[in-house]
Amino acid sequence: MQFDRITRRVVLRLGAVALLPARAMAQADVIVAAAADLRHALEAIGDAFAKVQAVRLRVTYGSSGNLARQIAQGAPFELYLSADEVYADRLVSEGYAEGPGLTYGIGRLALIARKDTPIPVETGLQAIAMALAGNGLARFAIANPEHAPYGARAKEALERALLWEPLKGGLVLAENVAQAAQYVTTGAAAAGITALPLVKAGPASDALKYGLIPANMHTPLRQRMVLTKRATPAARALYTFIASPEAQAILSRNGFEKP
Amino acid sequence: MDWTAFGLSLKLALWTCGLLIPASLLLARWLAWSGARAKPLVEALLMLPLVLPPTVLGYYLLVGLAPTNVVGKLLGGIAGRPLVFTFPGILLASLIVNLPFAVQPMQRAFESIEPNLREAAWVSGLSRFDTFRRVELPLAWPGVVSALALVFAHTLGEFGVILMVGGSIPAETQTLSIAIYDRMQAFRNGEAAAMAAALLAFSFLAIAVVHLAAKRGRQARDAREVHR
Repeated sequence: MQFDRITRRVVLRLGAVALLPARAMAQADVIVAAAADLRHALEAIGDAFAKVQAVRLRVTYGSSGNLARQIAQGAPFELYLSADEVYADRLVSEGYAEGPGLTYGIGRLALIARKDTPIPVETGLQAIAMALAGNGLARFAIANPEHAPYGARAKEALERALLWEPLKGGLVLAENVAQAAQYVTTGAAAAGITALPLVKAGPASDALKYGLIPANMHTPLRQRMVLTKRATPAARALYTFIASPEAQAILSRNGFEKP
Repeated sequence: MDWTAFGLSLKLALWTCGLLIPASLLLARWLAWSGARAKPLVEALLMLPLVLPPTVLGYYLLVGLAPTNVVGKLLGGIAGRPLVFTFPGILLASLIVNLPFAVQPMQRAFESIEPNLREAAWVSGLSRFDTFRRVELPLAWPGVVSALALVFAHTLGEFGVILMVGGSIPAETQTLSIAIYDRMQAFRNGEAAAMAAALLAFSFLAIAVVHLAAKRGRQARDAREVHR
């Protein structure tokens, strides 16, 4: 019977996961902590890497500041991909890292709104301010500047455009830059600032339109990766792979600029 | 559907129930009949996880279990690795947040057992253990079932504490409810929707079990009254 077969498959699958110790499953995996702007690019890199080496990536995405804190608190990550070199360098100077790390790309900010709204994101920050000024209820989403590099740079760009004060009352702070984009995708926020790699490709690009924020509006987002003290040979191989031309091509296709 | 996350949630729920229910059973029985002066304090302590914000619990657990801390070092030594951001760590968090859900229903069940029933059992020559096994436990059974269902459902649904103590590491600490949060940020709303529906169904089932157990308990009590 069809139902029985499905039930059996579900039970077998769940049983395998529930009963196996986490260690046994984890053996061939590399445990990665990655900045949220890498959501789509790192999946593609993982697929490409799997062809070179039979290793699966287990990735936790989040804000760079949060992930760095977790590593300092003992989280079992082997490779840390930060959106900002500050956090990576801090791990190095505090002794959690193996080696000085490597800059793997430069991140860019994107101004976003849903495609079905008339908000003119392509014309830059000032136009947004005009569009939102008339609507006191409109929310503007950025990542939390306290621990998310893209949030810090978004704040910087808004300040340079003299828009921080006018927009401040309607700001929603997301836990990380992917959540900022999610707030706009769902319509919870009218517009926002997110990472270019999140909207240039991947599922969010269907719903969102974007305008690039000029690089001279903020200090560059030099994205840096470091291996932690827990790194296995597989993690080191992944590190080398991310620096390879093949992975660099994937990164630039997704909106990261060459370091 | 993320089967790894589903399996992990199930594993966490089974471990939590397996460890917590037997311990809470004894605790609930003691609380139901004890006249100890410390009882109200113990009860208050047990109820704390119900009213504390997950961030408060998460904060203390994260700080307390960190390998830089004496307690964290000790527990990490026993487990063989630091507890934060690992499965044993979220299991410990889960045991603590579920305490009130395990103790409360069973304590109420034990309280509703009339003392003369136990006395009659003793007079009839039953040992204390036999009284527990053959008189108290069958009468308290609806409470045990309620506790099981509540703890099971609550573990599947726990979010804040698990996220703070466990992070969101796939196949280690990324449970179903955290996977939903993660998939939404990946713009995979379809996957999030499937998992949310699964959790909704599970939770409804669990609550239904609780109410069925309560009804059974009431019926059994009424039947006893009629006999008398």
